[in-house]
Amino acid sequence: MNDTFQLDGASVPFAPGQTVMQAALAAGHYIPHLCYHPEFKPHGSCKLCTVKIGNHTAASCTMPAEAGLEIESDIEELNALRRTLVQMLFAEGNHFCPSCEKSGNCVLQALGYDLEVHTAGFRHMYPDRPLDASHPEILLDFNRCVLCELCVRASGEVDGKSVFALAGRGITKHLIVNSASGLLKDTNIALTDKAMEVCPVGVILKKRVGFSKPIGERRYDQRPISAQALDDAPRTPTGAKHE
Amino acid sequence: MTDISNNLETAEHPENLRRVAIDPVSRVEGHGKVTLLLDENDHIHQVRLHIVEFRGFEKFIQGRPYWEAPVMVQRLCGICPVSHHLAASKAMDTIVGATLTPTAEKARRLMHYGQILQSHALHFFHLCSPDLLFGFDSDVAKRNIVGVIHAYPEIAKQGVLLRKYGQEVIRITAGKRIHGTGSIPGGVNKNVSLEERDYLLKDIEQMITWSRDAVGIARQLFEQNLALYNDFGTFKAHTLNLVREDGAMDLYHGGLRARSMDGETMFDHYDYGHYWDVIFEDVKPWSYMKFPFLRSLGPETGWYRVGPLTRVTQCDFIPTPLANQARMAFLAFNGGSAAKATLGTHWARMIEMLHAAELIRELLHDTDLQGTELVNIGKRQERGVGVIEAPRGTLIHHYKVDEHDQITRCNLIVSTTHNNQSMNEAIRQVARRYLDGRKLTEGLLNHIEVAIRAFDPCLSCATHALGKMPLEVELVDAEGTRVNVLARSANHM
Repeated sequence: MNDTFQLDGASVPFAPGQTVMQAALAAGHYIPHLCYHPEFKPHGSCKLCTVKIGNHTAASCTMPAEAGLEIESDIEELNALRRTLVQMLFAEGNHFCPSCEKSGNCVLQALGYDLEVHTAGFRHMYPDRPLDASHPEILLDFNRCVLCELCVRASGEVDGKSVFALAGRGITKHLIVNSASGLLKDTNIALTDKAMEVCPVGVILKKRVGFSKPIGERRYDQRPISAQALDDAPRTPTGAKHE
Repeated sequence: MTDISNNLETAEHPENLRRVAIDPVSRVEGHGKVTLLLDENDHIHQVRLHIVEFRGFEKFIQGRPYWEAPVMVQRLCGICPVSHHLAASKAMDTIVGATLTPTAEKARRLMHYGQILQSHALHFFHLCSPDLLFGFDSDVAKRNIVGVIHAYPEIAKQGVLLRKYGQEVIRITAGKRIHGTGSIPGGVNKNVSLEERDYLLKDIEQMITWSRDAVGIARQLFEQNLALYNDFGTFKAHTLNLVREDGAMDLYHGGLRARSMDGETMFDHYDYGHYWDVIFEDVKPWSYMKFPFLRSLGPETGWYRVGPLTRVTQCDFIPTPLANQARMAFLAFNGGSAAKATLGTHWARMIEMLHAAELIRELLHDTDLQGTELVNIGKRQERGVGVIEAPRGTLIHHYKVDEHDQITRCNLIVSTTHNNQSMNEAIRQVARRYLDGRKLTEGLLNHIEVAIRAFDPCLSCATHALGKMPLEVELVDAEGTRVNVLARSANHM
C-alpha cells in the first residue's frame, strides 16, 4: 500500500495487481479512456489511455502499476494524439450527433468535447451497414460501432450468451450478431442483459426510447466525462469507493 | 393587378433569345437561381425561379427508426426547424396511436408560437426592413440591417429582441434555441417549470406591445407607398391553409381549406390525413422543386399560395383580440387592396406575429404547462401524416413505418414548394413591369429579390443577414458565350 508511482508529478499509491489506470482513477486522477470499463478485464484496444513512461508509451489500462514509475499523461503531446484517435473514430463511423439519440449520453461525443475535438479531421468513410431492427425491443445501428468490444465482453463474461462478436480484420473489422441468421431476433438477448448497458456509443439501443430525455438532463450535459469517470471509479486500491 | 398568367414560363421561340441568369439567388434555403430570356429589344419572354439544390432528406430518412425523424428532419432548415420538428412529431403521433395530453399539446403549441414569433421577426426586421424602409433600389451600401440600426435604432432593437424572445421560448420548450428535441412521438420530453414560465412572463407584455407597433410599421409602409405596394408582384391565386373547426386561424392544427382565386371554397376542414386525394405534385425538368397543385383543377391551373397572406385573409377570424382587430383593419384597408397584394404579406406576417405573442401570453397563464403527463401512446399504425402551418405556410410530412419501426417512405411538401408557382408568378410580374426593356442594374435585380423575399423567410436562410445576397447576372448569347456580367458578392458590396 505504500508503493507509489508518479503521474504528471503527483504521487499515486497502488496495490499489487492494479494497473496504472485503476490506481490513477482510484486516486482521483483522470486518464482519458474509451474501451476501458471498471467492471471488465482491460482490453487495451482504443489506445486513448496511452501514457508516456520515459521514452516509451503504453496503454495505462493494461500496464501493471510499478513503484517508482514516472508517468506522463496530461501533456499536449499525448492529448494531441488522443484528439487524432477520436477524430479517426468519428471519421470511421456515421456519428451524426445532431440526429443521434445517444447524443448527450455518448462517451465518444463526451470525449470529443472534453478533448476539444472541433472537426473530424479526416475524410468520412460513411459506412453503409444495414440496421438490424429485427428484434422487437432492441435496435442495432452498426454504423456507429467503435469496436471497443464492451458488448462482446459483457455478453460473454456477464450474460453468458455471447450474442456479439467481431468479424473481419483490419479496416474491415466489424460487429456481428452471433446467430445463424445473423439477426438479433434469433438470439436470446434480453433488455436486462449487461450487454444492453455498456455500449459507449449509439449501436445498441432500446427501441422507442429515442429522445425522451430532455436536453439538460442527459448524462454529459452537466459535467464533462473527465469528472464523471472519477465518480464511477473505485477510490481505494481495494476496490471500494471513497466515502 | 395583373391577371394570372403562365405565359412567361416558357418562351415560344427560345432559340434566338438572350439568357440572363441570376445565379445564385442567395438568402434561399439552399441554392436557387432566376433565369430570364430576352429578345434584342430587351423584352422579356421567359422568367423562371429554379431551385437547383437537391436535399435528399426523403431518401436518407428511409431505414431510420421512426422516433429519429422529428430530430433529423428539422435539419432541413436553420430558421424554422421547429416546424419540421413538430410536423414530423404529429405524423409520428399517428404512427404510435397517440392522443396528446393537454400538457404535451400546449407545450408544443408554445414552442410553435415561439417559432412563429422569432421567424416572422427575423424576416421582417433583419431581412426585409432594409428594402421596405429605404426603398428597393436605394443605396445598396445602406440597404442592410446595419443601415437600419443606424437610421432606425429603435426599430432594429425591437426586431432583435422580439426574435430573441421567440428563441427563448423555443429553448425552454425544446432544450435548445435551434434544433432542440422537445417534441417526441406521442408527446413532449419536458414540461415548462414555474421558474421558466415566470422568466418568459417577465417580458411578454413588451413583446405584445412591440408586435402591435410592428403591425403599425407594416401598415404605414403600405400606406406611404400605396401604388407600388398594391401592384408589386401581385397576382391572383388559389389558396390553401389550415383552419380550426370553427374557421379560426390555427397555426398548429386543423383541417385543410382551399379557395379559388375568386373566393369559391373548393374544400374545407378536409382531413389532412388524406391530403393526397386533394393535392398532387407536378415535376418540371428545369427545377428540383416540385409543383404542387389542387387535383380537381390539374397541374396547369391548380397551383396555389400558402403563408401569412393566405392565412390571414382566408381564416374566418383570429382567436386573439388584438390580432383579430388588426386583421379586420388589414382586410378593410383601401377597399381590401392590401389583402390581395404580394407585399401585403409583410403586413399579414406582422399580424401573425402579434397573434403568436398573444397566444404565448395565454399559454403561459395555463397551468397545464406544468403538468407531468407528457406522453401518451396508443395503437401502432403504419402510416402517419403531420401538417402544420409553418411561418412560411402549410407544411406536410408523410411517413410510412414498417413492423420493425423503420421508416420505409417519406414525403415532405414544404411551404416553399407549395409557393413555387406563386413565387414564379410574382417574379414574372415584377420582371414584366420593372425589367422589361430596361438595362439591368443592381436595383432592378433587387426588385426580383424583393418579390421572392415577400413569400418566404426561409429563402433567406443561406446567408447571415446584411441584405446582400451574392448575386451574379450573366448575359449569354444564343451560343452560350458570356457577353456581359453583373456580379456582386458580400466582399464587393
